[in-house]
Amino acid sequence: MANGAQDGSRLVQVQAPAQRFAYLQAAVDDAAAEGQRGEELLIPLLQAVQGKFGYLPAEDLAAVAEILHVPLSRVYGVATFYNQFRLTPVGKHIIRSCTGTACHVKGAQMLRDALQAELGIAPGQTTPDGRFTWELVACLGACGMAPVIMIDDEFHGRLTPQQLPRILRTYSA
Amino acid sequence: MSLEHLDAAPPQSAPGALQTGMTQLLVCGDSGCRSSGGDAVLAALQEAVRRAGAEGQIQLVRTGCHGFCEAGPVVLVEPVHAFYCRVNESDAADMVAAARRGEVLERLLYRPDPQAPPVVHPEDIPFYQKQVKRVLARCGRIDPEEIGDYLAAGGYQALAKALHQMTPEQVIEEVKRSGLRGRGGGGFPTGLKWQLTRQAQGSPKYVICNADEGDPGAFMDRSVLEGDPHSVVEGLILCAYAVGASEGFIYVRAEYPMAVKTLRRAIAQARERGFLGRNILGSGMDFELHIKEGAGAFVCGEETALMASIEGRRGMPRPRPPFPAQSGLWGKPTNINNVETYANVPMIITRGADWYAALGTERSKGTKVFALTGRINHTGLVEVPMGITLREIIYDVGGGIRGGRKFKAVQIGGPSGGCLSAQHLDLPIDYDSLTAAGAMMGSGGLVTLDETTCMVDLARFFMNFMRNESCGKCTPCREGTQRMLETLERICGGQGTLDDLSYLEKTGQVMKRASLCGLGQTAPNPVLSTLRYFRAEYEAHILEHRCPAGVCKALLAYYIEADLCRGCGKCARQCPAGAITGEPKHPYQIDPEKCVRCGGCVDACAFDAVRTA
Repeated sequence: MANGAQDGSRLVQVQAPAQRFAYLQAAVDDAAAEGQRGEELLIPLLQAVQGKFGYLPAEDLAAVAEILHVPLSRVYGVATFYNQFRLTPVGKHIIRSCTGTACHVKGAQMLRDALQAELGIAPGQTTPDGRFTWELVACLGACGMAPVIMIDDEFHGRLTPQQLPRILRTYSA
Repeated sequence: MSLEHLDAAPPQSAPGALQTGMTQLLVCGDSGCRSSGGDAVLAALQEAVRRAGAEGQIQLVRTGCHGFCEAGPVVLVEPVHAFYCRVNESDAADMVAAARRGEVLERLLYRPDPQAPPVVHPEDIPFYQKQVKRVLARCGRIDPEEIGDYLAAGGYQALAKALHQMTPEQVIEEVKRSGLRGRGGGGFPTGLKWQLTRQAQGSPKYVICNADEGDPGAFMDRSVLEGDPHSVVEGLILCAYAVGASEGFIYVRAEYPMAVKTLRRAIAQARERGFLGRNILGSGMDFELHIKEGAGAFVCGEETALMASIEGRRGMPRPRPPFPAQSGLWGKPTNINNVETYANVPMIITRGADWYAALGTERSKGTKVFALTGRINHTGLVEVPMGITLREIIYDVGGGIRGGRKFKAVQIGGPSGGCLSAQHLDLPIDYDSLTAAGAMMGSGGLVTLDETTCMVDLARFFMNFMRNESCGKCTPCREGTQRMLETLERICGGQGTLDDLSYLEKTGQVMKRASLCGLGQTAPNPVLSTLRYFRAEYEAHILEHRCPAGVCKALLAYYIEADLCRGCGKCARQCPAGAITGEPKHPYQIDPEKCVRCGGCVDACAFDAVRTA
C-alpha cells in the first residue's frame, strides 16, 4: 500500500471522489495549495467534515479513508483519539463547561450541577429537543473570568448558578 | 522589501500604525475582557464615535490582552495615557466626549479602594508596578491584526539584522549567551537546542512552535498569539534561519479559534511584506510557515506526540532518544519550542544578549509570563522578572487574597506542577528553585488558593485530568493515574486509610521513573507535593473523617444554627431535595438523610445561619 508515513515520503495519490464528497476534495486542494499532502491531511479533513456536519458521519469517514488511501481503522483511530471529534450529531447550540483549575477553585462544580438540573442531561449529551449539546472541556483559557462557560462562540464569565436560566433563554430553540 | 526599505519607512507612515495627533482608544479584545462584555463596549464606542462625527479625531483599536483581566473590560487612552477599568457600554458616549476634549474621565479610573484618589496611568497601578513587560510589551498597545503596528514598534528589525549582518552561527551564539531557556516547562537552554538541530545531519529541517497550551489554568500563550502574533512569527523565522530550516509549523490547540484567526492573518501579511516565502528580504533564504490546528488532546503538548499529530496520527509519544533535533517530524531534524520562547528571540537579536541577560537570576534569565488566577484579588496576565518572590507576585502584583482570607498555597505549573505553601512565599522564582521545591515552572499557570480549597480535592482534580488525558500507550501512566485517582477518591469520600498514603507515594515514584513521556513522569507531582506540604489535611480526611476546607461533600454535614435563623424560609425554597423544613419565623431544620450537600442553602441564607461540620 502506498502509505506516506511508512516510506517517509509525504506523497499519496488522491483519487477523484463522488459528488457527495466534493467538499472533501476542495479541502484537499486547499491544503495542497499550502504544500500539505498525504496522511498529514487526515486531521484537517476530519476537521472539515465536522465543520460541515457538526459531527463525523460514517460515510464521510469512509470517504476520507479512500481519498487518503489509508485504512478506515486508522481514520477511526484518529477520530476517537482526539476530544474534538464526535461520532454522533449535535444540538443547535453547544455549551462548553470549563473544568480548568481556576474555574474548579471558583465553583465550576456548582455551575455543572445547575446546568444538569436546567438541561436535564449529562455532559456529552444533547437535549431531546436538539437545542443544546453540553460538553466538558479542559480549559477555555479565560481563567481571569472564572468560572466560565462558552455557548457557541460566546464567553460567559464570573457566572453564578442563578444567572444560568436567563442566559440559556437567550439561545433560541 | 529589503533592510534599506525597512529603515527608510518612518514608523508613523506604516499603514495601520497608530496615527500621531489623534486620540486613541485601545480597547482590550482578549477573551478575558470579552467574557466581561468587551465586545459590547467596542460596539458602543464605534457607535459613539460615529454619532459624534469624530472619526477623524478618535481612532478605535481592538488590541490584545492588557493583563488586568480582573478590571475588565479595560481601555487605554492615548496620548493622555489613562487606564479605564470595568468599562460599560453606557460609558461610551462620555468616553468619546472626554477624549475629544483631551480630558480624563475620572469615574472610570482605577482606585485601590473606594476612598483612595484615582490612578491615571497604568504604570502607577500596583498591579503593573513590579511587572517588567518584555514579551508582553506590545500586547494591548498595538492592533494585532495590522502588521504596520508591529513594524512601527520595531518589528522585524531583528530579522533584518540577522539576515544581513549575522551568520546562523552568530544568531545561535547570541541566543546561547542570552541564557534563554525553554518557557514551555522543562527549561532546556534554547540556544543549545538550536545548535543541536543545526549540527544534525539530514534535510530538510523543520521548526515547530508548540502552541498547544493545554494546562488548565494557563492562558499566557493564547494572549501572546492573540495580542502580538508577529513576535512569534518573527522568532520562528529567526530560528529557521539559525538551524537551516525551510518549513515550519505552528501547532495551535483547537480551543483557541481567535488565536488561529489572528495568526492566519499575521502569516498572510508577513508573506505579503516578504518576511515569509522565497528570498526573504533579498537574503536568499526561503521559509514557509503553516498552521496546524490541534484536535483536543493534552498529551500533544509533549513534543513527540505533537509531531505525531502533525503527521496525521494519534498523538502518542515515543521514547527519546532520538531527540527531535536528530529525528523529529517525518524523521528529519526538527527544532521545537513554545510560543513564549520564540517571542523572546527578536528582542535578544535586536538588543543583544548582554542586555537580555542583565535581568533575572544566575541560571534563569529574562522574564516569565504567568497567568495569575484563583482566589486572588487581581486575576490576570503578568510578566515578572525571574527571581521575583512568590510574595511579591501574590501580594504586590496580585493584590493579596480575595475577601481578606488567608493564603494557603499556590499551584504552579499546572497538572505537571506542584503546590507550594506559605513557607515558600519568599522563594525567588526560577526554574531550579521551583524544581527543588517539588513543583516546576511549567508553562506558567499560577493558581492561588486560600483556606476554602481542599488540597486533597485539588490533587484528585488534577489526577482526574491526567487520567482522562493519558494516551494509554505505557503502563505506568495508564494504570498509575487510574489507581492513584481511585485512591484519592476513596480518601475524599472518607474511606481512606493511612496505607493509602504510602501507596500514593510508592505509585507516584514508579510513575516518575518508568513513564514514557513527560505527562506520566509529572502526573504524580500535584499529589506528591501536597502530601509533602499538606499531609495533615490528608490525615484529617482519613483519621477524623473531616475535610478542613469544607469541600469534600461526603464528609460534610449541613445544619442550621438555631440562634441565627430568622425563619425566613429562603433556604427551604432553594433546597432541590426538599430536605429543609420548618415554620416561618421559627428556626428551620435540615434532614441529613435527604440532604444532597449542594450548598445552595449556604448561599441562600442572608444571616449566615447555615453551617457545615
